[in-house]
Amino acid sequence: MSNLIPSLIGGAYIGLAVSIMYLFNGRITGISGILNGTLHPQKKDFAWRLFFIAGLCMGGIIMNALHPELFIQISRATTVDYIMGGMLVGFGTVMGSGCTSGHGICGISRMSSRSILATLIFIFFGILSCALFKYLHGEL
Amino acid sequence: MKNIVSFLVGFIFAIGLAVSGMLQVQNIKGFLDILGDWNYALIGVMFSAIFIHSIFYFFIKNRTSPLLDTKFHLPTKKNIDFKLLLGSAIFGLGWGWAGICPGPSIVALMSAQKPFLFFVAAMLLGMKLYKWLARLLKL
Repeated sequence: MSNLIPSLIGGAYIGLAVSIMYLFNGRITGISGILNGTLHPQKKDFAWRLFFIAGLCMGGIIMNALHPELFIQISRATTVDYIMGGMLVGFGTVMGSGCTSGHGICGISRMSSRSILATLIFIFFGILSCALFKYLHGEL
Repeated sequence: MKNIVSFLVGFIFAIGLAVSGMLQVQNIKGFLDILGDWNYALIGVMFSAIFIHSIFYFFIKNRTSPLLDTKFHLPTKKNIDFKLLLGSAIFGLGWGWAGICPGPSIVALMSAQKPFLFFVAAMLLGMKLYKWLARLLKL
């Protein structure tokens, strides 16, 4: 049970962050959507995205300085695996209009049937893909 | 002002991802490896985030507008189409393969580790690729 504590605390930060975004700016905090929007910039719909990404980066820089142990990676994955994964994630999140944050957290909290279904699907295929990776590489 | 809020939200979000262990591929993969040595901890992240946001959303949804804008920007699509289903499946395949999703990829990139550099570059390319394909096939 002890390893649930950091997850619950981290999740609370995330829940608070997306709530602030919705209350003040009326926006859904969907990271893939925010990123995708910067690739096709439109007037009046660009600056907030950049500021959000800058905030993510600033958080990353500070946490990496204070707690580098939270950035340690243990995986069998090679460069090719990360490129493959990245391509699929980019392609799939734009096609499916969302990722773990937009569908998984914001959408489910709003009880959106599209998001609930999307989340079930990406978790199912995530489990499948992870199992295939383990089968082929021998380890995760 | 909206931009400052966005920056703060990104900042808090990044801390949440780091604290919860979402920046480490072994945790994501350990969570998805339900048939192996299952690491259920990440259920706590979803549970906690959804729990808190649901409560806030319940109260905010009665407002006619957000505090700093004239209207709420909610998704307009309501129907379940093949793009939602296929797109989510493709995203899941990539997520399980690399153990990284969009939010953590940007935050963890700040540690300047090569895997995230390759992942983020490929992810942005994948996003562009879908747009090109969608235009080509008139999706």
